[in-house]
Amino acid sequence: MNKLKLIIQREFIAKVKNKSFIIMTFLSPLLMVGMGALVFFLTKKNKEKVKKIVFVDESGIFSKDVFKDSKTLQFEDYTKLGIEETKKKVEEGDYYGALYIPKKDSLEILAKSIEFYSKDSPGLTVMDNVERKIDSRLRNLKLTDFGIDLAKIKASKISSDVKMYNFSGEESSKAKNVASIIAGGAAGYLLFMFVLIYGTSVMRSVIEEKTSRIIEVIVSSVKPFQLMLGKIIGNASAGLLQFFIWGIILFALSMILPAIFGVSISEMQTAQVSAEQMETIKQAADMSKFEKIIQGVLDLPLLKMFILFIFYFFGGYMLYSSLFAAIGAAVDNETDSQQFMTPIMLPLILGVYVGFFTVINDPHGPISVIFSYIPFTSPIVMLMRIPFGVAWWEILISLLILILTFISAVWIAAKIYRVGFLMYGKKPNYKDLWKWIRYSS
Amino acid sequence: MCKFVIKLDQAIIKQPKSMSNLLEINNVVKSYGDYTALNNVSMHIPKGSVFGLLGPNGAGKTSLIRIINQITMPDSGEVILDGEKLAPHHIEQIGYLPEERGLYKSMKVGDQALYLAQLKGMSKSEAKKRLKYWFEKFDITAWWNKKIEELSKGMAQKVQFIVTVLHQPKLLIFDEPFSGFDPINAQLIAKEILQLRDEGATIIFSTHRMESVEEMCDYIALINKSNKILDGKLDDIKRQYRTNVFEVGLKTDSPEEVQQKLSQNFEVYPADFKSLNEGLKLNVKLAGGNSANDLLSFLTSSGQVNHFVELVPSANDIFIQSINKTI
Repeated sequence: MNKLKLIIQREFIAKVKNKSFIIMTFLSPLLMVGMGALVFFLTKKNKEKVKKIVFVDESGIFSKDVFKDSKTLQFEDYTKLGIEETKKKVEEGDYYGALYIPKKDSLEILAKSIEFYSKDSPGLTVMDNVERKIDSRLRNLKLTDFGIDLAKIKASKISSDVKMYNFSGEESSKAKNVASIIAGGAAGYLLFMFVLIYGTSVMRSVIEEKTSRIIEVIVSSVKPFQLMLGKIIGNASAGLLQFFIWGIILFALSMILPAIFGVSISEMQTAQVSAEQMETIKQAADMSKFEKIIQGVLDLPLLKMFILFIFYFFGGYMLYSSLFAAIGAAVDNETDSQQFMTPIMLPLILGVYVGFFTVINDPHGPISVIFSYIPFTSPIVMLMRIPFGVAWWEILISLLILILTFISAVWIAAKIYRVGFLMYGKKPNYKDLWKWIRYSS
Repeated sequence: MCKFVIKLDQAIIKQPKSMSNLLEINNVVKSYGDYTALNNVSMHIPKGSVFGLLGPNGAGKTSLIRIINQITMPDSGEVILDGEKLAPHHIEQIGYLPEERGLYKSMKVGDQALYLAQLKGMSKSEAKKRLKYWFEKFDITAWWNKKIEELSKGMAQKVQFIVTVLHQPKLLIFDEPFSGFDPINAQLIAKEILQLRDEGATIIFSTHRMESVEEMCDYIALINKSNKILDGKLDDIKRQYRTNVFEVGLKTDSPEEVQQKLSQNFEVYPADFKSLNEGLKLNVKLAGGNSANDLLSFLTSSGQVNHFVELVPSANDIFIQSINKTI
């Protein structure tokens, strides 16, 4: 046990002292936030530039009342100049484009005849915005034609909110579903990233011991199994530390940066959504939805999720990292590891796909259920299902399968490991690996 | 009654053996799949000796060493260390310098030595103390904070030698210890190995460099194609392999006559050795109950003897001969 502690300690220190580890730890959150801030900053600058659009309305049904100015769009009525003159002016001057509305007999024909001229092809959101304004005006005209009172239409707008319960009386809501997707997705993705980064790091560490030929000295002092376990735990500890530091830095930056750039977090979050889109979202959904989602997150069984997250995290990481360790022992260098990596990466990626495409739409459907039992995908898929509420016996079966699998995976990996690390030169194939598993100690 | 007698008998035979042998390997068999790496190998390694484990590449030396180090387990047979069946706690009494040498490249020399010493069961403070002694002895204290990748191959080997012997093991296993050393450092290491033996350590010395065998080994065992084909005290083996051939240098006025007379009583072959003296050079094999004295007195009566040496088989000759015999 004491030796295991020594090995874990060494692996941890070797990993943490590594230059690329230190750089990654402190640079990647800065890069992440920095890139985000840069994109946001540029978008904001871009949006601050007001786009001037002029319109020539020969039909006489549009006016400045229809084309209201917004923060980013400014409309000017150039009807008096005529379209040809306007086009020339727009081409020479600092305008975004010119909108030409000809005179037509019916609204239907008019709707298809409106033209937009610009130097460069116009942005989609701008066109959406313009079209929406036209649509709205034309619809209102038609409604008036049909003799419908517009005021009544406005008054008739109503939004329903169906309250959802399950049979045990728990209230669920769409907001809660969104919260479940966010929480489950975050947990699943975190596990995926962790296994990917630190599982391969275990593999590299094994390969390093093999190529530097220190392995024979080490295994004449400790059991190979102890060494493998020490590596897996040591790397995981370094990984947890790294994730922890990332968390702190990201949190700190999210506090400091807005103060520097003078923007609020909610603005940051909607950075990708342009102002025009925001307007529509605001029209469609009232802002209290965001509050509802936060409430939904708080309504989730957080403690249960946390405990199970630890279990699945541990099981999934152990399962995959022991297989990665076995690969590392079997090959001589990283290039050779590719052929064995693929069959291990596939279920991992499959887990993420099933999680993000199937579980979100149908958390209790047959595919979601099956993949939450298969041990190679269950850590990700089940983690994503849990926020939607999974029966305890399902979790128990899934965990049991996972634990049994990871124990046998560690056992098999230890066998491959024990034989493999003393084999040099020949690149093994699957037949060799099978032979090694069957060797007696 | 009968049973008792047999038991007693065995006890009498075994008792003195386990007292004088540090390591006993009894009927060890090891196979990997269809390939047999060790076929019923037995050997006894006396306490306080340098035991040469010889054999061509792929003979099974490394397999045997790995079994002694408990890296792998034998399929059958047993290994007895100092009277006890080999068990995990014994690894602290064994020091192993593998042929494929290596240390963590990016780890500092001192940290690395401390880590490996602790894995062998030493306390950190004890390890530090002894490391200081060895580093001063080899005059390498300046390397403590260097990384292995900054050292030359020979320097790294020195560090590895220290790490191997640091925990003062009863049994030291050196697999090709001189490879990678220049002659001066090889001499230094050889001296240290012999000194460790004199201080009471038992040393297994695996090599196929035969000149170092002559210099170092008290006992040898020869393994070829998974079988032990020869073992025992080096001098005894040499005696077994002696050919009774003498190199003779003689200054005489009538060489033809002397050579003809010689061949009546001995087998005579032409010889080629370096000598400052002119004259007859012959290899003479004793035969028909003649002794070396008979040969010498005949020679002295026939001329002036300036060279008279028994041709002792070198370890290399024995090695090649006995391996050729088994083919």
